[in-house]
Amino acid sequence: MALHVEDLRVYYRTLAGDVKALDGVSFDVADGEIMGLAGESGCGKSTLGKSLIRLDGRMRYVGGHVLLDGEELPIWDDAAMNAFRFRRISIVPQYAMSALNPIRKIGRMIHELLRSRGVSSNGIQKEIDRRLELVGLDRSVLDLYPIELSGGMKQRVVIVISTLLDPSLLIADEITSALDVSTQKAVAQTLVEFRDRRFVKSMIVITHDIAVLYQVADTILVMYAGKLAEKAPADEIVANPRHPYTRLLVSSLPEVGVRYAEKQLVGIPGRPPSLLEPPSGCRFRDRCPLATARCTQEPPWVEQDGRGIACWEASAAPAAALPVAVESG
Amino acid sequence: MSAVPTAPLASPSDPSEVEIPAPARPMSGFRETLHFALRNRKLVFGLAMTSALLLIALIGPFIAQHGPLAYGTDLALRPTTHGGYWFGTTLQGQDVFAQFVNGLRLAFIVGAIGGGIAAVVAMAVGFTAGYRGGVVDEVLNMITNVVLVIPTFALLLVIAAYLQVRGVLPEAVFIGLTSWPWAARALRAQTFSLVSRDFVDMARLSGRSSRKIIVKEIAPNMSSYLFMMFILLFGSAILIAATLDFIGLGPSNTISLGQMMQLSVQNAALQLHLWWWFLPPGLAIMALVGSLYVMNVGLDEVFNPKLRDM
Amino acid sequence: MLRLDHVSKTYRVGSFGRGRLAAVRGVSFELQPGEVLSVIGESGSGKSTIGRMVLRLLRPTEGSITHDEVDIAQLHGHALKEYYRRVQGVFQDPFSSYNPIFKADRIFGMVHTEFFPRVSDDEWRERLDDALESVSLNRNDVLHKYPHQLSGGQLQRLLVARALLLEIRYLVADEIISMLDASTRIDVLNLLADLKERGLGILFITHDLSLGNYISDSTIILRHGCIVEMGATEKVFGDPRHPYTRDLLASVPLLHEKWSREDGAAANGGRPPEHAEVPKLVSVEDDHLVAAG
Repeated sequence: MALHVEDLRVYYRTLAGDVKALDGVSFDVADGEIMGLAGESGCGKSTLGKSLIRLDGRMRYVGGHVLLDGEELPIWDDAAMNAFRFRRISIVPQYAMSALNPIRKIGRMIHELLRSRGVSSNGIQKEIDRRLELVGLDRSVLDLYPIELSGGMKQRVVIVISTLLDPSLLIADEITSALDVSTQKAVAQTLVEFRDRRFVKSMIVITHDIAVLYQVADTILVMYAGKLAEKAPADEIVANPRHPYTRLLVSSLPEVGVRYAEKQLVGIPGRPPSLLEPPSGCRFRDRCPLATARCTQEPPWVEQDGRGIACWEASAAPAAALPVAVESG
Repeated sequence: MSAVPTAPLASPSDPSEVEIPAPARPMSGFRETLHFALRNRKLVFGLAMTSALLLIALIGPFIAQHGPLAYGTDLALRPTTHGGYWFGTTLQGQDVFAQFVNGLRLAFIVGAIGGGIAAVVAMAVGFTAGYRGGVVDEVLNMITNVVLVIPTFALLLVIAAYLQVRGVLPEAVFIGLTSWPWAARALRAQTFSLVSRDFVDMARLSGRSSRKIIVKEIAPNMSSYLFMMFILLFGSAILIAATLDFIGLGPSNTISLGQMMQLSVQNAALQLHLWWWFLPPGLAIMALVGSLYVMNVGLDEVFNPKLRDM
Repeated sequence: MLRLDHVSKTYRVGSFGRGRLAAVRGVSFELQPGEVLSVIGESGSGKSTIGRMVLRLLRPTEGSITHDEVDIAQLHGHALKEYYRRVQGVFQDPFSSYNPIFKADRIFGMVHTEFFPRVSDDEWRERLDDALESVSLNRNDVLHKYPHQLSGGQLQRLLVARALLLEIRYLVADEIISMLDASTRIDVLNLLADLKERGLGILFITHDLSLGNYISDSTIILRHGCIVEMGATEKVFGDPRHPYTRDLLASVPLLHEKWSREDGAAANGGRPPEHAEVPKLVSVEDDHLVAAG
C-alpha cells in the first residue's frame, strides 16, 4: 500500500473563522496506481494535494494520519517533512510552469535544486539527459531560459525534475489545465509513461477535467465541499456513476459528437455550500435531486468491491433513476 | 499596489479553492477600512502628531505676543514667561515662538499648495500616459524626464535673481512644478496595469469616453494610492521648502522654519549655545515630515489587506 | 450581417520594434443574426485578437470588417456608439470584467446613462427585470452586491443581461465559460443557445472543441492566425480534412474512448515565418472549406 490516508482534516484559518477545506477524508492508493482526484473549485482537492506534502503555510493541520509505504508522514511539521519532500513524495504544483525562475537557465536551476536537496548533480546528469529524451526534449533545453520554452515543454521539464529521485508518490496539481489540447495529451501520456517505467510508484492527478482522468487514471476519486463523494475505477465512474453529484457532473459534460440540437445537457443548480460553516449532514443535500430526510445525517463512507461512496440513497438503490431527466431536443 | 478596501477576508491567495462566505453583517468597504484604520497604531500616532502640529500652527499665531519679524530689546533671551518670550529670543531680539508658529503655518501652506500642484500635474501626466500609451506616452515620458533632470537649485537661483520680492506662494508653486516626475512615473505604471483589465474594455464597449474612463474607472480604483501619494508629496514639499530656505532661497517677506535654522546658523547660534533658536524649528520639521511618513506606512497597511497583521 | 474580409493584424515586437508578429492573417468570414459561429484555436492562434477587432477594441492592419456594409474602422463618436448598440462582447475572466470597488450592477447604470438617458428609472427597472429573467437570474440574488460576493457564473450571466439590455444583434463571447465550473458551464452555454434561437448572432471563441461542437452552427479552425478549415459544424467535425483539425480532434480527451498512442505531429508544428503566404481555402464540399497545402 503506497499511500494510506485516514480521516485527514486540514483547515484554513481566516479572520471570519476556520474554513474547513478538507474535513475527514480517507482513502488508499495502491502501488503503481494512478488515482485521479476530481471535483469543482472549492471542493478541497488542491488542499488535499498540498497537505500531503505540506506545501502551503496557511494550512492548519487538524487531524488524521497519512502513511507512505507504511511510514507516517509528519505533515504537521514543516521542517520534518523536508526529509520526505522530493525524495519520497513529490509535487508538481498548480501553475508550476509559470513559476520557473525567469532569469535562470533550466540546467542551472536543476543544479541548484539538487544541491539544495543534498544530491550531487554529477552522478545524476546522465539520468536527467535520459529522461529529457524520454519526454521528447533535447538536451539543449538545459541551456535555455524558461521564456524560450513553450507551455508543454515547460510542463514536461517540471515533471522530469519532480521525479528525478524516483519518489514513491507524485502529486500532479492541474498540470494540464493551462495547456492546449494537443500538448495536454502529450503531457498526460508522459505521466502514464513515468508510472509504467517505475520512475514513480504511484500518482495522484488532481484536475477538474474528468475526461482527462478517464484517459490516464486507473481510479477516480470525486470530492465535494471538502469531503469524498465517490471512488471507483475510471471506467466505472464515467459509465456507471452512482453518487448523484457524480451522475449530474458526468451528464453535464459536453462531448465532441453531442450537439445542443440533439441532446440538451443540464447543469447542477445552486452553489457549493460555504466551508466556513458547512451544513450538517450530507453537504450536497441542498442541490441533490434524491435528497431525503435521512440526508440531514452525514452518510458514511462505504467501500465495496473496489468502489466507495458516501450517499444514503445510492448505497441503498444504486441504479435509481435521477428525477432530473436529461432532455432530448 | 492593488490597495482595494473591499478585498476578501480569507487568507489563501487562490480564490477558487476557498469559498468566500457573505458576511453575516455586511460591512461596507468604507466601514471595514475605518475599522482597520482605527486599530493601526502607526496611522493613529501619525495622525495625532500631525493634527497636534496643525493645531499649533492654526492657533499659535493668535496667542503669540509679538510679530515674527518684530525686533525687540531683549537680545538672545532664554525661554521665559517674561514678556511672553516662551521660546526665548533671537540674537536680534525677535520672538522665537512667534517665528516658530508662523513658520509652522507656512510649512502647512507650502505642503498643501506645493504638494497639491505636484499631485495634480502628476495625475494629469501619469493617467494620460498610462491610458493612452503610444506616441502620447513617449512625449509625456520625455517631458517627465526633462523635468526630472532639471537642476532645481540652479533654476531657482536664476528665478530668485529676477524676482524682487519672493513670497511663499511662488516658492510653493515652484516646488509643485518641479517635484511631480516620480509620482507621474508611479501613476503611469499603476495605470498601465489597470488598463489591461477587462473592465476598462467593458467601459469602452459602453461608449464611455477616455476621459470619463480615467476619472470614473481608473482613478477611483487607485484612490487609496492617490491619497498616500498626496501625503508623500505634501511631506516632500515641506522638506524641499526647508532645504531651499536653509540655503537662503526662501521667501523674503516672512520667516519660515527653514529660514529660522538658516539665521541661527548664520548667527553662530550653535557656538553661542542658543539652542532655543535652532532646536524648535528642526524638531518641528522632523516631527511633521516624520509623522506624515509614519501615517503613510500605516495607511498602506490599512488599505492593503495582505499587509495587515492577522 | 457582420463580415470580415482578408483581415490581418500584425504587431511590432522585439527591441526597437524591428520584429513583426502576425497574430491574424487573411481571415475572412461572415456572421448572420441567429447563427452561432465558433472560432476554435489554441493559444497563439489569434482568436481573441479577432474578437477584439470585431469589438473595435483593436484595429486591423489590413483588410476590413463591415457591419451591414459599413466599415467599422470609419466609425467614431456617435456612430461608434450606435455600433455598440448592435455588437457587444463578454470576456473570459468574469472577475476582471467588473471594477472591483463598485457594485456589480453598476454596469447596468452605465448602459442606462450612456445609451438610454431618456428612459425613466421605473421603465429601466422593468427592462432590467426582463433582462435578468432572460438569463435566469433572480434580482434579489444579484443586485446591490459586490463582484466578489457573486459567483463566476452569475457574473457572466449579468454581462449577458447587460448586452441584452442594448438589444444587440451580435455577441462576441470570448472564452466566456472557460473559467467556470463544469456544472455551471452548461447553463451559460444553454443560455447562449436559447439566445441564438431568438435571433442573436454569436461569435463563440474557444479552445475547447467539445463546446464548439455542442453549440455552434458553423465552425472555423484557426491556426497561427490563419484559417485552416471552416464550414458547417457537422461537416468540419464529422469529416475533418485538414491534418491539423484531425490531430486536434484526436487529442481531445473523450469520455467513452481512450486516446490512441499516436503523436500529433501536425498539431505540434512550429509557427511559419511571418512573410509566408496565407494558405488559400478550397471548397471540398458544400459549406466546407479547407486550406490547401
